[in-house]
Amino acid sequence: MPVILITDALIFVLIAVGIGFGLYAARHEHLRGPWRQVGRSPIGLAALVVILFYIGIGLLDSLHFHPRVESVAAAPSAAAPTYSTQIISVLDLWLSGLRERQEKTFSAPFASHLFVKEPIEQPDGSVVRGYPRLEHGGAHLDDPARRGVDIALRGLLGMVTGLIVWSALLVVLIAVLALRWRQPFNASVRAIWRGETELPWRVGLITLALMLVLSFMAAELAAKYHILGTDKVGEDVFYQSLKSIRTGLVIGTLTTLVMLPAAVILGIMAGYFGGRTDDVIQYLYTTLNSIPGVLLIAAAILMLQVYMTNHADQFQSLVERADLRLLFLCIILGVTSWTGLCRLLRGESLKLREADYVQAARSLGVRHSTVISRHILPNVLHIVMITLVLDFSGLVLAEAVLSYVNIGVDPTMNSWGNMINSARLELARDPVVWWSLAAAFVFMFTLVLAANLLADVVRDAFDPRLRSAA
Amino acid sequence: MLRACRSWPLPIVLVLLLGACGQPPWNNPYPASQSGENILYGAFTERPKHLDPVRSYSANEYAFIAQIYEPPLQYHFLKRPYELVPLTAQALPEVRYLDAKGEPLPADADPERIAISEYLIEIAPGIQYQPHPAFAQDAAGAYRYHQLDAKALARLKTLDDLPETGTRELIAEDYVYQIKRLATPWLHSPIAGLMGEHILGFQALRERIEAAAPEPVNGARLFFDLRQVAFEGAEVIDRYRYRVRLEGRYPQFLYWLAMPFFAPMPWEAEALYGQPGMRQRNLTLDWYPVGTGPFMLSENNPNLRMVLERNPNFHGERYPSEGMPEDHAAGRLADAGKPLPFIDQAIYSLEGESIPYWNKFLQGFYDSSGVSSDAFDQAIQFDTGGEAELTDEMRAQGITLVTAVQTTIWYMGFNMLDPLLGGDSESARLLRQAISIAVDFEEYISIFANGRGVEGQGPIPPGIFGHREGEAGINPVVFDWRDGRAVRKPVEEARALLADAGYPNGRDPHTGRPLTLYYEAMDAGPDGRARLNWIRKQFAKLGIELVVRATDYNRFQEKMREGTGQVFMWGWNADYPDPENLFFLLYGPNRKVDGGENAANYRNPAFDALFERMKNMDDGPERQAVIDEMTAILRHDAPWSFGFYPKSFSLHHQWLDNVQPNLMANNTLKYRRLDPALREELRERWNPPVLWPLGALLLVLVVGAVPALIVARRRERGRAL
Amino acid sequence: MSAYILRRLLYALPILIGVNLITFLLFFVVNSPDDMARMQLGDKRVTQEAIDTWKGERGYDKPLLYNAAAGGLGALTETIFFQKSLKLFAFDFGQSDSGRDIGFDIRQRMWPSLAIAIPTLLVGLAIAISYALMIVFFRATYIDVGSVVLLVAMMSISGLFYIIGGQFLIGKLFRLVPISGYDTGLDALKFLILPVVVGVVAGIGSSTRLYRTFFLEEINRDYVRTARAKGLHERKVLFRHVLRNALIPILTGVVAVLPLLFMGALIIESFFGVPGLGSYTIDAINRQDFSIVRAMVFLGSVLYIVGLIMTDLSYTLVDPRVRLS
Repeated sequence: MPVILITDALIFVLIAVGIGFGLYAARHEHLRGPWRQVGRSPIGLAALVVILFYIGIGLLDSLHFHPRVESVAAAPSAAAPTYSTQIISVLDLWLSGLRERQEKTFSAPFASHLFVKEPIEQPDGSVVRGYPRLEHGGAHLDDPARRGVDIALRGLLGMVTGLIVWSALLVVLIAVLALRWRQPFNASVRAIWRGETELPWRVGLITLALMLVLSFMAAELAAKYHILGTDKVGEDVFYQSLKSIRTGLVIGTLTTLVMLPAAVILGIMAGYFGGRTDDVIQYLYTTLNSIPGVLLIAAAILMLQVYMTNHADQFQSLVERADLRLLFLCIILGVTSWTGLCRLLRGESLKLREADYVQAARSLGVRHSTVISRHILPNVLHIVMITLVLDFSGLVLAEAVLSYVNIGVDPTMNSWGNMINSARLELARDPVVWWSLAAAFVFMFTLVLAANLLADVVRDAFDPRLRSAA
Repeated sequence: MLRACRSWPLPIVLVLLLGACGQPPWNNPYPASQSGENILYGAFTERPKHLDPVRSYSANEYAFIAQIYEPPLQYHFLKRPYELVPLTAQALPEVRYLDAKGEPLPADADPERIAISEYLIEIAPGIQYQPHPAFAQDAAGAYRYHQLDAKALARLKTLDDLPETGTRELIAEDYVYQIKRLATPWLHSPIAGLMGEHILGFQALRERIEAAAPEPVNGARLFFDLRQVAFEGAEVIDRYRYRVRLEGRYPQFLYWLAMPFFAPMPWEAEALYGQPGMRQRNLTLDWYPVGTGPFMLSENNPNLRMVLERNPNFHGERYPSEGMPEDHAAGRLADAGKPLPFIDQAIYSLEGESIPYWNKFLQGFYDSSGVSSDAFDQAIQFDTGGEAELTDEMRAQGITLVTAVQTTIWYMGFNMLDPLLGGDSESARLLRQAISIAVDFEEYISIFANGRGVEGQGPIPPGIFGHREGEAGINPVVFDWRDGRAVRKPVEEARALLADAGYPNGRDPHTGRPLTLYYEAMDAGPDGRARLNWIRKQFAKLGIELVVRATDYNRFQEKMREGTGQVFMWGWNADYPDPENLFFLLYGPNRKVDGGENAANYRNPAFDALFERMKNMDDGPERQAVIDEMTAILRHDAPWSFGFYPKSFSLHHQWLDNVQPNLMANNTLKYRRLDPALREELRERWNPPVLWPLGALLLVLVVGAVPALIVARRRERGRAL
Repeated sequence: MSAYILRRLLYALPILIGVNLITFLLFFVVNSPDDMARMQLGDKRVTQEAIDTWKGERGYDKPLLYNAAAGGLGALTETIFFQKSLKLFAFDFGQSDSGRDIGFDIRQRMWPSLAIAIPTLLVGLAIAISYALMIVFFRATYIDVGSVVLLVAMMSISGLFYIIGGQFLIGKLFRLVPISGYDTGLDALKFLILPVVVGVVAGIGSSTRLYRTFFLEEINRDYVRTARAKGLHERKVLFRHVLRNALIPILTGVVAVLPLLFMGALIIESFFGVPGLGSYTIDAINRQDFSIVRAMVFLGSVLYIVGLIMTDLSYTLVDPRVRLS
């Protein structure tokens, strides 16, 4: 039984908007040109491939449903299938192995033994304290000492599978490209190999190969080991990291999306109409801007908690509660961050108002709403674009900091911030438990780095001032 | 150390910038002037809210004020079970029972006939207060600072701006004064409600004070001399004797006399702080205590550090010369008869985070530390017998481990007002029993407390009268006795109970869906998520779906008060070593929804009747029998799943002595003894700065600069050509 | 000029009222005065009576925004909002809910915050400008490319990692400075090194990259080309023309954040145990001390507005073409 959480719905809206925008941009040269430029940049393309991987995982994690409960033998009613109140996503289903293979407590990456000593009952009945074997990680090994070989073999297998899949994709892609370019297959391969194509296919394909090989190696190894170790209650850290992707993406994108209408409408209105309207809107955003963001967020999150406590019956499951909190966090982050966009738009429409064609339209008696939607809005879209991309990485990073102050996402939700927050206590251990922190670092760093690189390329492509200067 | 400096020329510059090479260690957070001093170093995580003994009711506040204020009684440092001994009193108070007509009754009289109990307390003469400006007098004997004018007030920032100090002898009046302060409505004593039930005429006194006191000015109360208000509940007999009258019998009162609530308060202090404008400067009794104890608060900056300093006027006390047999063996009586306190100063720094605290402890900059669960494996290991001991690494550092089972219980409570889970129905009772079996607190202790805890068998933790060890003490509903230890019943039995309750396989027969229960969680910390997951797993064993409703502590309490929760976990720290203080948490008239402390809102007339009998009895076999009966009722009704009694582990460096934990006494700072020279030496040995990273950084910069210079040179030349 | 400042200050008034109203609404939806009382009176054994007297003493027994019982103007003035807001405008922050004077605490905790924020800003500025200048000098070489990648990478690391890592390496493993804490006077020095280093390193990525674009923008201007055509040395071009002109946006940017330095660094302060205003705020949030949070919000807003005015003024100072209107 599918469930659509509020953020899921918004994600679908976002995708629809994205596709719509893509179609719109394809028909307008002033938007299509810069995008083509983005595609031509090797860094941009590589970053895009990485981000697409993240988005793919995030999307899988956004399709939620109630799993079916196998009915008890005694239950007479076989007609109506019963569903658990639990909500899981397609990604959970896919990773159910990782989700369910829990250990007792910490274990290091690729370990076959627990990280802490436990009393182990010996065959003769006596109890010795030692490191017990893991229940799942490396449990298939007869001799844990030889797991290096096993890991290498499985890694190799994963790599080969990844390469095979990649080659298959490659062949299909090149065949399609060859058709489009009206070139023989071999010539296309050569062109791509030498980097002579218009789009840097070579870089894109190498990135793809890298990501595929890594994914397949991880998949192969994760089936038998905890490749990033386990946390305090024995949950797989790799699973947590993957689950955190959706949280990061949602915060990075929905925050801008939820406040976009307000920022666009108010910003354009302030610039276009001027006078009283401008004053009121400026007052609004200066006021909001002058409140220290963290305090505003803290207050809002506390308020949400009160609401949830008072209306507890509306939230059947933890997932729904966490989801609402996530949405609320997005909204409140949006409230603190929309003002920058609003100000930019105001300035731009202030300029556009004086443009000849707008003046002409006005003197012909065209209605304000038409002028705005026809002439102003299309000409400020690139600013919206740039802001969206630029804000993304900052928001992902902000989530971690907010979670540290306990005003971030719900503590039951997987997020990199929550991972860091719990992992910082683990650093005090000796020997150090580093893997949670390292996993959060790597996953977050990759995403933010890719986003930052893409943002650079996008800005260079869209910002006419810089383009002319280059 | 010095050689290291020589081998790194540039770091030497840095060293000079930092002060000196070599001693004291670079990372010493304390000024060099303090090295070698007889100072104990500790920390506080949160600034204490109240230092007024009338308000203060938490351990972190007692850490300070119990060293400063001296109630008439205290707990013996070493003797177990806990024993009250006189502190400022000459002897333990004499009790006299009177009937309704005021006629004396024998001590073994029927409690029903006792209308009034009279406690006569005599304090030792010659005890002096710490030096304090409130006592400062001029030549004519008038108080110097009691009538500050506006100009003097304007200059005032801290108490040190009133340089003259004075002292005076402690008299019985001061004790009575404090008891009247407990009744003063605007001081918000947390025990005012409780004392109103016991001390004679307490409520009436409250009203009298309210009526007689002048109205507050700008929200601040000015000085109102409570000496002029008559009070039948506490009266001064002569300079050194006073009498407290209680309604009926309340033997637990003696324990209260060992808490700072009943410490003496000189009226001069209130006269000083009660002047207009003092409060705006944070100059209140809540921040600047004045007492007779071994220490006084000499620096009070809750934003940075709090310093306790030896009180020069301390009346003198000697280290106890009696103890338990094991104290003799452990050398804890080596200091017997020596004058207290041993240390000159105790400096507590603000330390909000646990990691820095732990690391500083290992570096030798704190003298003692608890063991956080993350540092546990580093510090503690269990021997084959399951006994905790220090790791080799800790032992090499000379650290000692001290353990004690706390007089605290953490329990999982069920709201008895809940239609599904609560109430007296058989089905609900079976459900509660099933959950009690399924929630495996042994696992909880091992995961979240690193084994520092003992599974609860009943409401009474060890160390308090009424607790039973061994087979006689197990909870037969949840445990079996096998191979000489209590073993939790298998989950199958819980499932069977659940089926009997009408929920086979945890399904609600009406809907076919799994039974859904709500858990009220109050933690949001880093560990919270793991803990909540664990609890969900426990309920899932029965097929019950547990929905966690996480909120902050405020909301949690509100829920408890409204009685709208279902399942929750909470703890209670015994105020005094008497079973009454634990059983009252389940006493019917004390329900949380009625404003009491009974969070489970449990009410069982049979239990309540036994409680009323038990609370007035003296310890002995008869009382034990009543307690056993009460415990059996609780185990059967299962309003609580008796979670666990936490064990406290504390670590101490070898230079600190006399650290025997005493869970009841909180004025133990005076017993601590230090060896500062040893500490100095070890700190130096443990903290040599590692200098190569600085050198490496420099090297990287230099190496990195070379190609840049080459490129630059080439460019300049290319342009010049 | 002074007329302009005065006008701007008057304009700030409605903003501050708005800020106050927003925070007030937010916090009282969250926290009823009863909650606050209970929080402050402690957990064990609190009676409703004690709560009522507590509220009465602190003026929380009035209605929140509108007092129907009081007639006329009193309907608005006899409310918690009016009573509590009025004093803020005179910078009288009153008492925290736990009974301490807030103004006193702020004055005391301001100094540690500044002691960290000012060196962090100055050192960070110096390093970022010189690094950016160096990158621009070596533009279009592998040093440029490598540095930009390095900067983006540094930007992509969450600040928490810098803090956690810095404390772990420098404090714990190398034992060069105390792990955390603070002291007054010169003794504070050894406590400041670590937070300042962490603060500087965490900020280098984004600021250097920003300054690099400023420099690049200048370097493509006509006057630079002219200067270069004159045969001026690249070094001289950079220092004499580019640096000087690019400093304008850099410095005006700095001026805008100057007043906010008072507010302290939230996370760094609480991690390193520095008793500044940042950790003060965090503690207040965790303890739900409404009065302190409200005072800090107000202070933050005032400083923000001061920053805006200062930025405008600094524009006119460095660029004579801009006129105050």
